[in-house]
Amino acid sequence: MRSIFKIAFRNMTRYKRRTILTSLLIILGVTMVVLFSGLAGSVKSMMVGIITDSNLGHLQIHKRGYVSSIDTLPLNLNMNAKGYENATAALERTAGVESFAPRLKLGAVLSNFVESTNVRLTAVDPAKEPLVCPGLASRLVGAPEGTPDSLLEPGQIIIPQKVANGIGIKPGDTVVLVATNRDGSVNGMQFTVSRLIEDIMGPSGKDAYMHIDDARSLLRTEKGEVSEIVLRVNPEADLIHVSKQIENALGEFKNKQDKPAFEVHTWADLSPFANIANMIDLLIITVKIVMIAIVLISVLNVMLMSVFERIREIGTIAAMGTPPVKILALFVAEGFCLGLLGTATGIVLGVAGLLGIKASHVTFSFGRMDNLLLRPDINLTELAIIAAMVLAASALAALQPAWKASRMEPVDALGHV
Amino acid sequence: MALIELTGISKTYHTGQMDHPALDGITIAIEPARLVTFVGPSGSGKTTLLNIIGCMDKPTAGEVRVAGMRTDTLNRRQAAAFRGGHLGFIFQSFNLIPVLSVYENVEYPLIMINPTPAPERRERVLRVLEAVGMTEHRDKRPDQVSGGQKQRVAVARALVTNPQVVLADEPTANLDQKTAQRIIALMRQMRDAFGTTFIFSTHDPRIVEHADEIHTLEDGRLVKENHDATGGAAHA
Repeated sequence: MRSIFKIAFRNMTRYKRRTILTSLLIILGVTMVVLFSGLAGSVKSMMVGIITDSNLGHLQIHKRGYVSSIDTLPLNLNMNAKGYENATAALERTAGVESFAPRLKLGAVLSNFVESTNVRLTAVDPAKEPLVCPGLASRLVGAPEGTPDSLLEPGQIIIPQKVANGIGIKPGDTVVLVATNRDGSVNGMQFTVSRLIEDIMGPSGKDAYMHIDDARSLLRTEKGEVSEIVLRVNPEADLIHVSKQIENALGEFKNKQDKPAFEVHTWADLSPFANIANMIDLLIITVKIVMIAIVLISVLNVMLMSVFERIREIGTIAAMGTPPVKILALFVAEGFCLGLLGTATGIVLGVAGLLGIKASHVTFSFGRMDNLLLRPDINLTELAIIAAMVLAASALAALQPAWKASRMEPVDALGHV
Repeated sequence: MALIELTGISKTYHTGQMDHPALDGITIAIEPARLVTFVGPSGSGKTTLLNIIGCMDKPTAGEVRVAGMRTDTLNRRQAAAFRGGHLGFIFQSFNLIPVLSVYENVEYPLIMINPTPAPERRERVLRVLEAVGMTEHRDKRPDQVSGGQKQRVAVARALVTNPQVVLADEPTANLDQKTAQRIIALMRQMRDAFGTTFIFSTHDPRIVEHADEIHTLEDGRLVKENHDATGGAAHA
C-alpha cells in the first residue's frame, strides 16, 4: 500500500501545474466550508445560547393547551399548586435535569402616573430563575448605585428598555401595574423599577420581570399557581432524550378528558429562531454539497486526463502482469492524494482564517441585539467530517477513471498513439 | 518438453464486415534458454504472435502452452497473474515509468506484481542492475539516461522476476547499430546467466545473426525456420 501511495504521489508531481490548479480548487472549497461552518455554526450556537440562557431555558412544561393560546397569556390554563407539585416531583426523579424554576405569566397595564402602556410580564422566583437562565443577569442594565446583586426583591419590577424609553421610566422610579385576574376583577399595585432589561428575539423576549409572589398578590391567585416550569438540562445530556423522559414521567397525570395533563416543549418548539437555526444548518449542508461537487468535478477531470495521457504506460504495467486491482488502486490513490493535499491545506487555511476573525474582535447585530462579538469556532469532529467528505469524494471521483484504466487490454493500450 | 508450444495458431481480426487474417496455422515449439527471433516484413504477424505467446491476445484457433500451462483459455486476471509469474517484457520504446528512478523501475515488478521481502528485493534489483551495467545510474530518472541505457534498464526490469521467457517486440528499433548489438549481446549474456528464453521480433537483419533460432513469417504464415544448436543462427 505504501508503494502504491508513493507512486501515486510521484505521478501527482508529473504535471505540476495541473496538480496545483486542481489542489487550489479543492483548497478553496475546503477553506470556504471551514470558514462558513465555523462562522455560521458559531453564530447559531451563540444565538441559541442567548435565547436559552437568558429567556427560554432548554425545556418548558405547561398545562395542556397553554402554548397554543400563549399569545393571550390565558390565566385559566395555569397549573394549580397540586399540578406544580406533581410536575416537580417527576422532574426530581428525571436524570439529566440540572435545575428548574416556576414562572407565572400575565398581561398588565403599566403606568408611571403620566402615561400608561400594556406590558407582558414574566413573574419569577429570583432564587431559582438564574439557575435555569444564567444569562438573564447579563441583559439587565441601569441599576442605580447600591442595588443588591439579587435579581429581584418583592415590590420591584424590571422594565424592558424600549418600554422604559417610550414612556420615560428610569430605574428607581415608581410605577403602577394594573391587571385583571381570571375572574375578571381588576387589581393594582405599586412597584419600584429596579433595573431595565435589553430586548432579545423570540417569545417573552420583550417581557418585564417581577417577583412571583407579587404576581400572585396582583392576580389574587392561590399560592403555588404557575404558568410554566422552565428547565435547564445537564450539558452532557441529550435534550431530546431528556424531553422524552420527562414526557414519560408526566404521562401518568391525565386531565378530565383522560389526556396528558402536561405538555413538554423544547426551546426549538417555542422559538421561531429554531427555523433560522435549521436554515443555517441547511446552508452549511449546501456549502458542503458545493464543495463536494467542486472536488468531484476537479478530481474526475484531472484523473480522466491523467488516464488518457498514460494509456501506453497503463498498457506497459498491465502487460508486465500488474493485477487490475492494483492499477485501479494506483489511480484511486492518486485522486485520494490530490484530495489529501487540498484538504490538509484547506483546513489549515480555514482554521487560520477563523482564528484571524476571532482575534480581530468583529461585532455584528442580530435583530435588536447589537455589538454581538463574533467568536467563530469549529470543533475537531466537524473538521474530521469535512476531511472525510473531501477524501471520500476524491477517491470516488478517481474511481471511474481508475476503473477504466484497470479494464484496459494491454495490447490495445500499448498500441495507443 | 518444450517451454513454448504453439499448435495450429490462427488469428483473424474482424473490422466491420471484413476479416483480416494475421496468423494462419502457426505451429512452433521453443526450448528453454534459447534466443529466438521472429523476422518478417511489417504486417507479417510477428507482433500478433508475440502477443499471443505473451498472453495479451488470444488466438482465433489453435492451442498455446507456455511453461506447461494452456494459456489461450486464461481470463484477464489469470493471464495477468501468469504474465507476472512467468514472463518478462521488453518494449521498442523502453516504456520505463518516468516518475520512478532506474532502481525503482527495476524494483517495480517485485513490489506490484510479485511482492518480495525488502532485503531479497534489494539483492535481486542490485544483481540485475549490475548484470546490465546500470548500477552507477540507479538513482537517475529515465529521462536522465540514454536510449541504450533505458533499454538496459528495461532488460533488467524484465529479468528481475526470474521469468522463464522474455518477450521483446522490436527491442532495437529505437537504438543505433552499435547500441542494438550491445543489447542483443546483453540478452545472450542474460540467457547464459539466468537460463532465460528470449523471444524477439525484428526486421533488422544485422542483429538476427545472433539468434539461436530464426523464424520467418510472411502474411501470417511461418515460411522458414533456422536452428543452430551452438547458439548462433544458421543462415538459410
